[in-house]
Amino acid sequence: MTNPLLEVKNLRTHFHTERGRVTAVDDVSFSIAPGEIVGVVGESGCGKSVTSQSIMRLFDEKRLVEYEGDILFNNESILHMPQKRMQKIRGNDMSMIFQDPISSLNPVYTVGDQIAETIRLHQKVTKKQAHQKAVEMLRLTGIPAPEKRVNEFPHQLSGGMQQRVMIAMALSCQPSLLIADEPTTALDVTIQAQILDLIRDLNKDMGMAVMFITHDLGVVSELCSKVIVMYLGEIVEITDTESLFTNPLHPYTKGLIQSIPQLDGDRKDSLPVIEGTVPSLDQVPNACRFSTRCPFADELCKQEHPVLEHDRDEKHVRCWHYKKIG
Amino acid sequence: MALLKKEASFTQEMRSFRQRQKKLLLRRFSSSSLFVTGAIIFFLLLVLAFIGPLVIPYGPVEMEVANRLQAPSMSHLLGTDEFGRDLLSRIAHGAQVSLWVGLAVTVITSFLGLVIGLYSSYYRVLDHVLMRISDGLMSIPGVLLAIALMAALGPSTTNVIIALSIVFTPNIARVVRSSALVIKEQTYIEAMHAQGASSFRIIWKHIAPNTISPLIVQATFIFAETIITEAALSFLGVGIPAPDPSWGNILYDGKLLVFQAWWMVVFPGIMIVLSVLGLNLLGDGLRDVIDPHATKGKK
Amino acid sequence: MFAYIIKRILSLIPVLFVVSVVIFSIIHITPGDPAAIILGQEATQEQIESLSEQLGLNEPIIEQYTNWVMGALTGDLGTSYFMRETVEEAIINHLGPTLSLAIFAEIFALIIAIPIGIIAAYRRGSWLDQSLMGISLLGMAVPSFILGLLLMLFVGVQLQWLPIGGYAPLSDGLFTHLKFLILPAISLGAIQAALVARMTRASMLEVLNSNYIKTARAKGVVERRVILKHAFRNAFLPILTVIGQSFGTLIVGAVVTETIFNIPGIGQLIINSVERRDYPVIQGVVLIVTFIYVFINLIVDLLYGVIDPRVRLDKK
Repeated sequence: MTNPLLEVKNLRTHFHTERGRVTAVDDVSFSIAPGEIVGVVGESGCGKSVTSQSIMRLFDEKRLVEYEGDILFNNESILHMPQKRMQKIRGNDMSMIFQDPISSLNPVYTVGDQIAETIRLHQKVTKKQAHQKAVEMLRLTGIPAPEKRVNEFPHQLSGGMQQRVMIAMALSCQPSLLIADEPTTALDVTIQAQILDLIRDLNKDMGMAVMFITHDLGVVSELCSKVIVMYLGEIVEITDTESLFTNPLHPYTKGLIQSIPQLDGDRKDSLPVIEGTVPSLDQVPNACRFSTRCPFADELCKQEHPVLEHDRDEKHVRCWHYKKIG
Repeated sequence: MALLKKEASFTQEMRSFRQRQKKLLLRRFSSSSLFVTGAIIFFLLLVLAFIGPLVIPYGPVEMEVANRLQAPSMSHLLGTDEFGRDLLSRIAHGAQVSLWVGLAVTVITSFLGLVIGLYSSYYRVLDHVLMRISDGLMSIPGVLLAIALMAALGPSTTNVIIALSIVFTPNIARVVRSSALVIKEQTYIEAMHAQGASSFRIIWKHIAPNTISPLIVQATFIFAETIITEAALSFLGVGIPAPDPSWGNILYDGKLLVFQAWWMVVFPGIMIVLSVLGLNLLGDGLRDVIDPHATKGKK
Repeated sequence: MFAYIIKRILSLIPVLFVVSVVIFSIIHITPGDPAAIILGQEATQEQIESLSEQLGLNEPIIEQYTNWVMGALTGDLGTSYFMRETVEEAIINHLGPTLSLAIFAEIFALIIAIPIGIIAAYRRGSWLDQSLMGISLLGMAVPSFILGLLLMLFVGVQLQWLPIGGYAPLSDGLFTHLKFLILPAISLGAIQAALVARMTRASMLEVLNSNYIKTARAKGVVERRVILKHAFRNAFLPILTVIGQSFGTLIVGAVVTETIFNIPGIGQLIINSVERRDYPVIQGVVLIVTFIYVFINLIVDLLYGVIDPRVRLDKK
């Protein structure tokens, strides 16, 4: 990992809300190598979506949000560059797909128009060429009869098709990074599998890196090589997928793994769950953030905030006692 | 914004969430500048209408031929009209007329609208009949219907009240009906049925109270509408008949004298604008406080 | 789509039925004998009876109604008692100025309101947004006849820039036509402008929160284009509804505004007819204006289908 594609350094994202400033992403650092698929997991509200949208700089920076830290993309700092230059990167070098495809597509334009718009924004091509390219992209994402579909409106397609359109749109300029924010959550299980296959295939064929945000560990195991676990705005663990399942270090990660139902498990036992509820972001404890729910928490955990420690083999963990718990 | 709300609130337990909502509501009420401004303007209007006539040394129809068309001065603060009548006094009495008509129409339409809205939300067949009638009435533009009704009934204050009540009742009935329909679908209403509660009891004891807040908000706007429409009717010469002072009447005279007496146009005009503004603010403020969902788009 | 149009038109039948009954009743809720009231106190019994006969007031009420409706359906609205012309002729002669005024007021309103609404939404929360919305709130509280009087006073009487009343038909040249219509159109269009500006802002803000706007930004679309291309077209649907609904209000407002500026439109026609108790004209005007109002709303509904592909294709 000598030359990462994306490097997030001590990112903090603060929101200005009615109740004051809320820090949704707190001191997050990680990197993604070219062509790599990295999973970001955590419960809803852990800041994974906010992280991804901070990377894309999609929040309203005039009124809503304030960033700290830095993000390097291709060794260029993008977090504080003018929006004008950022617009040239978005959709071109890095692009994004979202959870709910029907609401993410503009209802009043045909899917072809929407894909062609992306192409024409970043490449000097004629309308006709862009339209041609849109058809090709639709074909690439496995949409049958793309010549016909290209002129349809989003609501005429099924959910899976809509997500394929989103993918076609996101990849139409061959970006080097695709951020996928829970792209399969709103879809049926069979469709989910198809979309995952598609993303994996496209990753192989086109070589773009993928930052895959999900709360579904099953998806992570199928797709990702590296996993970032987030809890309450912080990274608590970074590890490779293999170790995530065989040797999770952080108690929260352990909890997540244990709560996956096992097919061969004893059905009489109830599934272990993580006790308690996630505190609100404006009530973050000035200590280990997981200490309110951690079965191993002691006085130290409740008083001191642990740092993200660098373990052997590219593993990071934020826990006072991970060696002891082991 | 939606995302932010999700981020911030999903983790809270429902109870603490509700408590916060309640606190927010109280804070909104006292700090709703719309509501407070509207209430102050409306209060000043009341003072003018009811204290004004007691302290103003001229009667509204008292003529002083020597002082015709006087510009505003110390003796006649807002000037006099073509018969030498004191404009301030006429405007204060006009305020009484406007408030009386507004109040009467608001009370009548609220009552009729409440009954019609509740019963049509409850009985399907009745609903079809009543809503077609209200569709019909609402598709005749309000001012025109009022003019036509006044033409038939003849100009008088009572007839203005009758005509405007006919014009605005469907409006209130709609609002009541739509909120009543929502309540009617709730499970606890079905449970009431199952327990054998009478329809009368369900309608008045359980559905009606839930329709009151939207009704009050709407009634405030109807009050404002009534003031405008009454002034317009009187201005057109089909509202409150001549010797009685009404803002619309004064404007009618003012228009004829627009070259000589600007004050006869400007002051009643300002009065109408202020009272409508006050009532609109009051209504907006009430809606913000009582029914925050309705203003979601605005913020 | 075709079925939708048919269904929408059929739904108007009960509405128009109620409208016709209400308008028909106007003459009958008059206290006393309508014929006697029309003719005034000096009329002889003979005159009253002959007028009653002429008006068909002696026939059974159902028959009177049927005759009136059948007449209206075939374009026969009766005869004015005072002007020696039929009601249709009277309305047609007076409709031009009213429509001209309403259309001009609408154009004025849209030209200023939509950009204001978009700018306010784009700069939401800024002082610009707040002052624009403050002005629009004030604008909504100024009834058009009062604004008309004030404009007449300041621009017409004090500054003497524009005529304070009167009308010149379009055949006198566009410039002359407009010269007489500017003040009325501004006073009539101001409320409309305030309403449309607020609606545009609210609708834009709602749309700007939606996911496809996020997608557009994620594609690298510049903010201007996000607003104008992606957001506005979606925001336009509710705006269109408001415009449609309030165009009817505008025509009615024109009725009042005309009286201020002495424009010989249907407003003047109806007010003069009220003074003369010329019932057939009153009924005719209310009926025709209501019909125009209902018709415009129908067109707006159908236009939905053109703008929003979801309505066009779904069977509603």
